[in-house]
Amino acid sequence: MARDLAPEVERLLQFRDPNIRKKAALCSIRIIKKVPDLAENFINPAASLLREKHHGVLITGVQLCTDLCKVSSEALEYFREKCTEGLVKTLKDMANSPYAPEYDIAGITDPFLHIRLLKLLRILGQGDADASDCMNDILAQVATKIESNKNAGNAILYECVGTIMSIEDNGGLRVLAINILGRFLSNRDNNIRYVALNMLMKAITVDAQAVQRHRATILECVKDSDASIRKKALDLVYLLVNESNVKPLTKELIESLEASDQEFKGVLTAKICSLVEKFSPEKIWYIDQMLKVLSEAGNFVKDEVWHALIVVISNASDLHGYSVRALYRAFQTSTEQETLVRVAVWCIGEYGDMLVNNVGMLDIEEPITVTESDAVDALEVSIKRLNSDLTTKAMALIALLKLSSRFPSCSERIKDIILQNKRSFVLELQQRSIEFNCILQKHQNIRSALVERMPVLDEATFSGRRAGSLPTSVSTSTGTARNLPNGIAKPAAAPVADLLDLSSSDAPAPSSSGGDFLQDLLGVDLSPASAPPGTSQPPKAGTDVLLDLLSIGTSPPAQSSSSASNILSSIQDDKASLVNLNGLASLTSLSPNATSASPAPMMDLLDGFGPSPQKKEENGPAYPSLVAYESSTLRMTFNISKQPGNPQITLIQAIFTNLSPNVYNDFLFQAAVPKFLQLHLDPASSNTLPASGNGSIIQSMKVTNSQHGKKSLVMRIRIAYKINNKDVLEEGQVSNFPRDL
Amino acid sequence: MIHFVLLISRQGKVRLTKWYSPYSQKERTKVIRELSGLILTRGPKLCNFVEWRGLRVVYKRYASLYFCMCIDEDDNELEILEIIHHYVEVLDRYFGSVCELDLIYNFHKAYFILDELLIAGELQEPSKRTVARLVAAQDSLVETAKEQTSSITNIIAQVANFTIKMLHKGYGPWGSNALHLESLFLVDVCTRLVDQH
Repeated sequence: MARDLAPEVERLLQFRDPNIRKKAALCSIRIIKKVPDLAENFINPAASLLREKHHGVLITGVQLCTDLCKVSSEALEYFREKCTEGLVKTLKDMANSPYAPEYDIAGITDPFLHIRLLKLLRILGQGDADASDCMNDILAQVATKIESNKNAGNAILYECVGTIMSIEDNGGLRVLAINILGRFLSNRDNNIRYVALNMLMKAITVDAQAVQRHRATILECVKDSDASIRKKALDLVYLLVNESNVKPLTKELIESLEASDQEFKGVLTAKICSLVEKFSPEKIWYIDQMLKVLSEAGNFVKDEVWHALIVVISNASDLHGYSVRALYRAFQTSTEQETLVRVAVWCIGEYGDMLVNNVGMLDIEEPITVTESDAVDALEVSIKRLNSDLTTKAMALIALLKLSSRFPSCSERIKDIILQNKRSFVLELQQRSIEFNCILQKHQNIRSALVERMPVLDEATFSGRRAGSLPTSVSTSTGTARNLPNGIAKPAAAPVADLLDLSSSDAPAPSSSGGDFLQDLLGVDLSPASAPPGTSQPPKAGTDVLLDLLSIGTSPPAQSSSSASNILSSIQDDKASLVNLNGLASLTSLSPNATSASPAPMMDLLDGFGPSPQKKEENGPAYPSLVAYESSTLRMTFNISKQPGNPQITLIQAIFTNLSPNVYNDFLFQAAVPKFLQLHLDPASSNTLPASGNGSIIQSMKVTNSQHGKKSLVMRIRIAYKINNKDVLEEGQVSNFPRDL
Repeated sequence: MIHFVLLISRQGKVRLTKWYSPYSQKERTKVIRELSGLILTRGPKLCNFVEWRGLRVVYKRYASLYFCMCIDEDDNELEILEIIHHYVEVLDRYFGSVCELDLIYNFHKAYFILDELLIAGELQEPSKRTVARLVAAQDSLVETAKEQTSSITNIIAQVANFTIKMLHKGYGPWGSNALHLESLFLVDVCTRLVDQH
């Protein structure tokens, strides 16, 4: 319909009656918004409208031109060349015109037309130096002459400032504009202040220094009673923060957090947390600020934020004592903040001994005496509290276990507390309480090893992982292992497979130094080539331990606790690189059930890494065939070749051999690769695998590596088959590809 | 561009709505409900701008009525306050000391005036005198139209009376049956016209 009517409207743009003309102009705006192609037809009539005398037609004509420029760039060019001077002249005449009763509002002739003209001039002058030059005089005149005691005047000044900010740089005018904004900011009228804050946000990109000068006033506005102004001021403060002023600004913001109402608290908390994280100059300051925020508004703090806090605390080893004491103190006062309770519980569990023995006191601290039973009290309170949720209670249980090994005298009491949850209706709590009870009763010898200090969680990978997207959906979300390897004490589940998930292997070779235990534990890069430079002993030891873990797996999967304790005794020797599986569990909510329902024991899965993870494959076009996956029932061998012209593409031929005396039917092989790889699977040769290696299935695949040379191939595999109509599922990971594939 | 104009009373009753952007019927009621809640609860000293769904709503309170206009992010809010005031002044000039009652009883006039002031969400006439003149012209059109229709009624009423008299006397150039039917028809039309006026 717009197309049909466009010619009519065009004709009416030149009708003799001005009322019709102005309505036709506004109608054309709608038409060109709907059908931008028709804009060209309207350019000429619109230009002629600009020379009108009748204000109504002039206003609508200016509006039409503005919208034409927004829609079509050739219109913009046309108006810029032909009409800029005319517009400047019109504005000048209007500004200098004597009193005209018909159009007068508050002493100014037709402020609407002023504003519209200024808007059009802004669009014409943006990005074009010549046009901007034409306008300088009139802009200066308007900015200085217009009185600002009435709303109409302020509206014109606001528009004028906006135009000055957008057009090409002119020092004098800019100064004038910022002065006007400063005047607006200190105006008592709320509307004016709102408008000034709005404009300052745009001005920050242009001239940040000038805006910094008004920082104090803006901070006042954050505490204003008006919600709109508060919100705007907060956004502006967020943009203003840099390294030099982060401390005083954060102090102010936290003060206003205490005074603000519920809905604003959420927004303010999020902003404060991200500011603190981005700009914190030193760890102790970061911990202090986060503690304050948690005590004030812990319930609004998002999960990632307090996870990050825990990572930072664990990294700041000299601040462990300080943090745990500060958290204990905060815990006494504000227990209704859930996240504060969680962080406190974790820290008390980890560093309980520091708390009781006042280890690592800093000069600024006041001494505090906490006995062992006080610490256990705190944990007991957090379990028994009415509004504790599942995460908190679960974390408290783990913390109690840790404390039972650190404070042997409270062991009995802790056991009682844990036992109270034995019949809990929540599976997670029941499971934990039974297992920990089991550890406390039967596995005294390994208990201390189990709950040793957690390895330092690597900050760089943590924040990198938070920032970047995780490639495969196999892994769960942020940060540290969210899995609950109820591991050694409960062997049947095989969630260790989840530990060795794919995502962490994609985190780039960590830039920071040691403490990469988590990476090694979770990662697949067992080859030394990816070991972080500059750290030798600890990660190596870590991998060694893991290998020991794995090598034990070659024996038949005896899941008795004795073999478990064998494994652990070997770990116990190597304190530096302890893999604290239970400790990792403390950060999780619910344990994701391992997707594999397979009876294939976890040790077998890890077998796949047994062969030659340390060996570096040769760089050569001839790649030896490697055993990608091997379990007691199945072997998968990869024959690798490269296409001659294309180094990114690798052709792999997978050969499956049945190692058991049963025939496998409905054999299905699936593979998943991280985002930088592309995988193409060809159909398999058959889906029945004869027993005992009497035959094999061959399947080809093609992998394209977009990060060839930077990252090597990894692949997560899943094999499903049927033995006597019973489903079997095996999962594993192939990480021993040659480096340069 | 202005997306819509709402006039809401202090008690939350909607006196006038004008939509310049496509909103479905359900969306409209939702919008009205949300904005009523948002604006009516604001205190008197607060600023006249509210952020809402990525748009800005500018409102001004005149006696017991809230005039609300919803604009884009990059429009000049102070100018919209001026436009609202412009509208109120034209209403005042037209009705002579306008009050809410005038708007309730003459809502169609209020819509006329708004249409003379804003089209497609843009201001079209900055001069109050011109607007008043145009609305006056429209009013006179309405008057003449009224008169015309009432004059037709008179004519038909006269014809009907004459035909009925004829019926009674039994005269007629046509067959009596046809005349009977025709006259019945005429009487029907006349009574209807008379009822309407």
